[in-house]
Amino acid sequence: MSTEIFLAVIVTWAATYLSRLLGMLTSTKIDENSKIYRWFNCLAYSTLAALTSRVLIFPNGDLMDTNYLTRIIVILIAISIYFLSKRNLVYSTVFSAIILTVINSQT
Amino acid sequence: MIKSNIFLKGLFSIKRLDSPAIALGASFVAIGALLKNVGFTIQESIFSSFLIYALPGSLVLAESIFIGASLINIFLAVWLVNARLYPLTVSLMPLVMTKKHPRWKYVLSCHFVAVSPWLIMKSNYKKINKEDRLDFWIGIGTANWLIGIFATIIGYLSADYLNKDMLIGLAIVNPIYFTCAMIGVMESKSISVAIILGALLSPVFYFITPEWCILFGGIAAGSIAFLLGEKSVN
Repeated sequence: MSTEIFLAVIVTWAATYLSRLLGMLTSTKIDENSKIYRWFNCLAYSTLAALTSRVLIFPNGDLMDTNYLTRIIVILIAISIYFLSKRNLVYSTVFSAIILTVINSQT
Repeated sequence: MIKSNIFLKGLFSIKRLDSPAIALGASFVAIGALLKNVGFTIQESIFSSFLIYALPGSLVLAESIFIGASLINIFLAVWLVNARLYPLTVSLMPLVMTKKHPRWKYVLSCHFVAVSPWLIMKSNYKKINKEDRLDFWIGIGTANWLIGIFATIIGYLSADYLNKDMLIGLAIVNPIYFTCAMIGVMESKSISVAIILGALLSPVFYFITPEWCILFGGIAAGSIAFLLGEKSVN
């Protein structure tokens, strides 16, 4: 294992685990029926939604090579499949990958 | 030390229809392929998924190695993209904390906090006695973590056979999973507002500060949703 990569992985682990550990330490002082817990619960869902919409609307990496319209079509189809399949997450996710791959290979 | 039947119940929750196994697996297959392409050996790739187990952090790591970023820059960039794990942990750990378990179990189990297992735990914790929830959480976390590591290996080994269109297809799976899973949990007013506003505010903040748009959008949306929720309760 190269020293450069070993150190980079350790630093990435430390930066990631820091948020998890601080979250755990904060939790020792928080009751699940308290107001502050309800606030953090809202923050967790809103941050997750913020992350997801950022990735879908202003993507990094491989999704940058797809256009807005294609991504919107795939999202709408996936949500439709989710409801049509009685909230089955497996079908909606698998078909979204297949549909995007097919659309993108045609353009 | 750990109740094996509860642990296994958590572990096998990965087989259900709302399981993130496919979405998580697809993302880590893409990570495995990416790590190979930036020059990692298979051991280094496994080591990174074993320790990090958070997709955006692994992406930053791969980009940083590619451009030769300094360790301090890697730390700051990863801390910023993975800061979302803080509110996720605080909204999960109080649900599993009791005096029954030793502290080291919490210290170790917080490594498993990631969006996919978090979503399963939040949907299922009410069915489990509070004293058993930590073992259930460790089961869910272990299953997701192992899928991440295993998929990294598959991605690494299949990197040469994955063309650009396939990698694009893999990249959309996880955000689609999150989108549908979040639609599925929109039951209370405050959670629904938090999700819808978070999704709307993040792209708005992107035009002001692309690096901080997730955190700023998330904090603003979550706080508004909380205040609206409290107002309607009162």
